[in-house]
Order: sequence, then structure tokens, then C-alpha cells
Amino acid sequence: MLNLLLSRLATAIPSIVGVVVVTFMLTRLLPGDPAAYFAGLAASPQAIAEIRTKLGLDKSLPEQFVAYVGDLLQGNLGNSLSTGQPVVTEIATRLPASAELTLFALIVAVGIAIPLGVLAAVKQGTWVDHLCRIVTTAGVSLPVFFTGLLLAYVFYYLLQWAPAPTGRLDIFLSPPPDITGFYLIDSLLSGNLETFWSALRQLALPAISMAIFSLAPLARMTRGSMLAVLGSDFIRTARASGLSPRTVVFTYAFRNAVLPVITTLGMVFSFLLGANVLVETVFAWPGIGLYAVNALITSDYAPVQGFVLTMAVLYVTLNLTIDFVYGLVDPRVRLES
Amino acid sequence: MTAIPALAVEDLSVEFRTRSGVVKVLEHVGFSVDKGETVALVGESGSGKSVTAFAVMGILDAAGKVTSGRAMFGGSDLLALSERDLAEQRGRELSMIFQNPRTALNPIRRVGRQIADVLVRHGGATRNDAPQAAIAMLKKVRIPDPERRAEAYPFELSGGMCQRIMIAIALACRPALLIADEPTTGLDVTTQAVIMDLIGELAGESGMATIFITHDLALAAEYCDRIVVMHAGHIVEAAPGRALFDHARHPYSAKLLAATPGETVSLEALASIPGGLPDLRRPDLPPCRYSGRCERRTEACDQPLPQRIVGDHHVVACWNPL
Ligand SMILES: Nc1ncnc2c1ncn2[C@@H]1O[C@H](COP(=O)(O)OP(=O)(O)O)[C@@H](O)[C@H]1O
Ligand code: SF4
Ligand SMILES: [Mg+2]
Repeated sequence: MLNLLLSRLATAIPSIVGVVVVTFMLTRLLPGDPAAYFAGLAASPQAIAEIRTKLGLDKSLPEQFVAYVGDLLQGNLGNSLSTGQPVVTEIATRLPASAELTLFALIVAVGIAIPLGVLAAVKQGTWVDHLCRIVTTAGVSLPVFFTGLLLAYVFYYLLQWAPAPTGRLDIFLSPPPDITGFYLIDSLLSGNLETFWSALRQLALPAISMAIFSLAPLARMTRGSMLAVLGSDFIRTARASGLSPRTVVFTYAFRNAVLPVITTLGMVFSFLLGANVLVETVFAWPGIGLYAVNALITSDYAPVQGFVLTMAVLYVTLNLTIDFVYGLVDPRVRLES
Repeated sequence: MTAIPALAVEDLSVEFRTRSGVVKVLEHVGFSVDKGETVALVGESGSGKSVTAFAVMGILDAAGKVTSGRAMFGGSDLLALSERDLAEQRGRELSMIFQNPRTALNPIRRVGRQIADVLVRHGGATRNDAPQAAIAMLKKVRIPDPERRAEAYPFELSGGMCQRIMIAIALACRPALLIADEPTTGLDVTTQAVIMDLIGELAGESGMATIFITHDLALAAEYCDRIVVMHAGHIVEAAPGRALFDHARHPYSAKLLAATPGETVSLEALASIPGGLPDLRRPDLPPCRYSGRCERRTEACDQPLPQRIVGDHHVVACWNPL
């Protein structure tokens, strides 16, 4: 198992190196002159040149790259031009917002998709099955930013059930003490139910937008996988042995059927990492997606690089976790490596 | 000798709903197995042997439906029992083992656990002593080093070992009837014999009735008291093994035997019978489903088939038996 993870980690190294090179090149090729932007509109050409020197932008690309990698190795992602703060700190403070949103969305999606898929397969052809088909079809055809805008329009603008899409908390409330960085958990830990309720209300719409988006592939895969497993020989053996329907469906069928669902979950998670950017923009959610968008608009290299690198690391970690969980469930993977 | 039937199947008909219409897979199937007796169900592939077994066990696919018949077992009709009551009997009173032991076992559950599951379900052991009871079962099916093998997953074991595990699962609760559906197909010849001997021995020990499904007449003759011949969802002949080999009365049985070089009948030999199975979706199926392949066919054959008793325990469904 450990070997398996180490070998997967080794195969991830080239991708990380690739990402480092690509982020470097990409940000240099993007339109806009950060020195000019940083110096301001009224700056003289000399002032701009000075700033360019200070930022190291006057050096040749290879020199800039070496400096960049050197900084990276020391855990230095540079400073944001617009705020002057270290990118590492800014990303670290914003990551929990994105993580809370993504994980919450994923939990909601899994909590609905898996029971729905299992029921649809067990009760094939009944209304649950039809519901599952509707959900999976609808979820695939709606892009996530559209769902987000639609939800905000209906539940905030028309019905006024949801709070204004302006971040993680009601503006009159102060954030809970920073324990995990997740407002839902921190507010509960500090026993502040009002904050909890507000955080939940703010989280609801963006999380549901993302959950709807993840629901379809998860439910579809669960249903398909359950159907395939329920029709397999060993399920017939289990039934022929008189095992109770619960044991047959859960202990025998579901545990086997969950394997491809785990893989899909990994894919959905990585889609969600990307979808974050859109959803955070729609709901003014102060996560790393919104941070990256703002930086991109102002040609602020360092945060964009920092964002892409963070995503790459998250992506690799995610895949390792998926491999690990897969190995836990499937002895064939665990023992044959 | 007083024979007490363990299972008596009467007038069993099964249909499958398919895309291309209703298929009458079984029609008026009837046979019985006495306590301690071993009966072979033989016929070429697709003749309905497995469907017969699944119908009796109540594990037909959702598309399959029993349209008539009874299966009397221990005083009750298995076909009339609720799924709940039938599930109580399955694995405890009547068990089944399958072809392809490797896929018939749960790939991600330790084999010891799979045996224990059945024991716990039917009260053969408590949760605490189920692991020990499972190991005892492994010992009984002569698996070497049973303590260690109980911890194995099916993919770590050979086909023969997996079939022994299947037997252990099926016999864990000492059932009164075992249905073995081609238990040795796909195993090498030596393992085949070992598995057959094992089943025979364990059945003999407990006076269990056994239905042995096979397309191998030689195996059937070697291990079974009686042979029931199936063709296209009909039972065409039932006879004691010796009687069938001495004088098969149904043209199909005769062809099967003629295709038998000495004592070894193979799948290929069965396939050498002229023509194929009729298309069971046809609405105008003749009463005798063998008539399309039969050399003895006469006008009488268009009448509903008779059940002719032609000897001791010897019945044939044919108008012009040999
Ligand atoms: N699920 C099913 N749907 C439709 N037809 C089926 C199904 N299962 C079996 N059959 C049909 O029933 C017939 C008998 O099958 P089976 O009992 O498996 O044959 P055997 O075990 O004798 O080889 C075959 O013609 C097969 O096509
Ligand atoms: S009933 Fe007629 S057609 Fe059918 S097997 Fe007998 S002789 Fe042949
Ligand atoms: Mg079969």
C-alpha cells in the first residue's frame, strides 16, 4: 500500500514540474505590464523602469525563472503587487473559504447522489429511478455559473429567502475565532449559533450550485455501477445463500459498486476545484478562486502563479487520497502492488 | 427401498420477457429427487437447466416469471412461498453452487467471512464463534491450512480452491438439498474428479439430496443414480443411469449417447447433434420441441406430448420412442 502511494507520488512529480514551468511562462505571456500597473497611471517612464528593475522584470527570462524556482523552494511565492502582502499568507487565509465551500458542496452532493443512485438501481424502473434520470440529465446540461446566477436570482432577488451573495457572513457579524478556518465548524466550537446560522445561509446557494453540478456524474455512476454489480454472479450466490436483502445490497453489492464511484468522486472534486473560480465570482466568496480572478484582471503575476500551483498540489494530493481510499476498499489493488 | 422425495417439481413453466418478445424457456417441467439420491440434469447448453434451478431457488432474474407449477420441498411449495420465507430456506435447507467459482464469490470479502455470513444469517453460529465455525467448514472441504486460507480473498485462490469455498458456503448449514450447477466446468480434469468426489462424500454423510446439472453425460453416469434429460425447456426423458445407457428411449437421448465415444462425452460431441435448439420466441412452437431435428417424426408428433412410462422409474416424452 505504501509502495503504491510512493509510486503514484513519483509519477506526480513530472506534472508538478510541468506546472511550475507553465505557470511561469503563462504569466509572462499574459497581456499587460505589471510594472506600469503598479506604478500607477501618472507614473513617469523612469519610475516604471525603476519598478521593473525592483521586480526583477528587466532580467532575461531564464534568469527570472531561476530566481522564481529558488523562491519557490523556500516556500516564497512572491508578494501581491496590489496588496503588497506575501502570496503564501494571502492564499493560506483564503484557502479555508474555498475548502469549506467545496467540501460542503461535495458532502451535499454525495449525501444525495449515492442514496439516489443506489435506490434507483435497487428499484429499477420505479419513480426513484425516473427521478434519478431527471436529476442526472438536468445536472449535466446546466453549467455551474448559470445554476449559481439562477439560484441567486430566484432565492435572493425574487423570493428574498437567501441573503445577499456577498461573502461568507452577514456584514454585521464578525467572523468566529480562527480554529479550523471553516466558519461552520468554528462558530459551533465557540458556541455562537447566530454566526453559524448566518454562515450556513451564506454558504447555501453557492454550495448548492456546486452540488447540483456534482450530483449528476455521481448519481449516474452509482446507479450504473450498482446495476452492474447487482447482476453479477456473486450477488446471485449471496441471494442463493439466503442472505438478507440488506446484507446483499449494502455489504455485498454496495461495497463493490462504490469502487468506480470513488474514482468519479475524484474527478468531480477536481472539476469542483475549477468551478470554484466561477462560483466564488458569482457569490463574491472570498476564496482563492476569486483571489485569482482579481489578480488576473490586474495582471498581478504572483497570486495567479500561487493559485495555479496551489491547485496543482491540491490536485495531486486529491489523487493520492483517492488511490489510498481505493486501496482500502479493494484488496486486489492493495495486495497486488 | 422406500423413496421419500426431497424435492418434487411439477408442471414448472417459466417465461422471460425480452426485447424481442416473451420466451417460453421452460414448459411443464417435472422431476423429483429423493432423500440421499443424486439426480443429474443433462442437456446441451441453453436447454434450461440453470433456469430450472434458479426457479426452484427463487433467484430468477427480474425478467423471468414462473407461470405455472409447484416445487414441493419439506411440505411446502417453494414457488408459492413469499420471498422472505424462501430466503429463510435458502442456504439453510436448500443450497446451490455455481459454475465459475471465481466470479461466484464476493471479490472483496475474505472467504472466511463469506462462510461466516451464511452461518450467522441462519443461526448456524453466533457472530463470535462464526470465524471458528467457518474454519471448521474449510477443514471439512479439505482446504489445507484453513486458518490462513480463511483470511484470503478469492483472487488469491485457484479455481478449485474457490469451488471448495463455494461448497463450504453451500453446505455450512447442512441443507437437505444441494443443487450443483456445472460445478466442475472450467476446472481441470483432476480437480473435477476431486470436487465431484467431495460433493458425493459430503452428500452421502448427511443423506443430502443432490441435483447435479451438467452437459457431461459421462460425469452424470459416474456420479448419479438417475439422469433427467432436458431439451429446449422440456424434460424429454428420465431414467436410472444404467437404464438410460442400456436403452435410451427418446431420440434426443439416443443422439446424446451416440455422440459419446466410450465413456467420455464432451461438449463438442453434444454440439454434433444435427440442427440447433429451436427459437423459443416463435409463437407456433410445435408440441415436441425436438421435432425439427428428429428423424422419427410422424403426424402423431403434432399432438401434445405424452408421458410414457417405459420401465422402472423410466419415463419418456415422445410419440415414437426407440
Ligand atoms: N435473463 C434471461 N433473459 C432472457 N432469456 C434467458 C435469460 N436467462 C436464460 N434465458 C434463456 O433461457 C434458456 C435456458 O438458459 P439456461 O437455463 O441458462 O440454459 P442451460 O443452463 O441449460 O445452459 C436459454 O435459451 C436462454 O437464452
Ligand atoms: S415426439 Fe415425435 S418428433 Fe418428438 S422426439 Fe418423439 S418422434 Fe421425434
Ligand atoms: Mg447453465
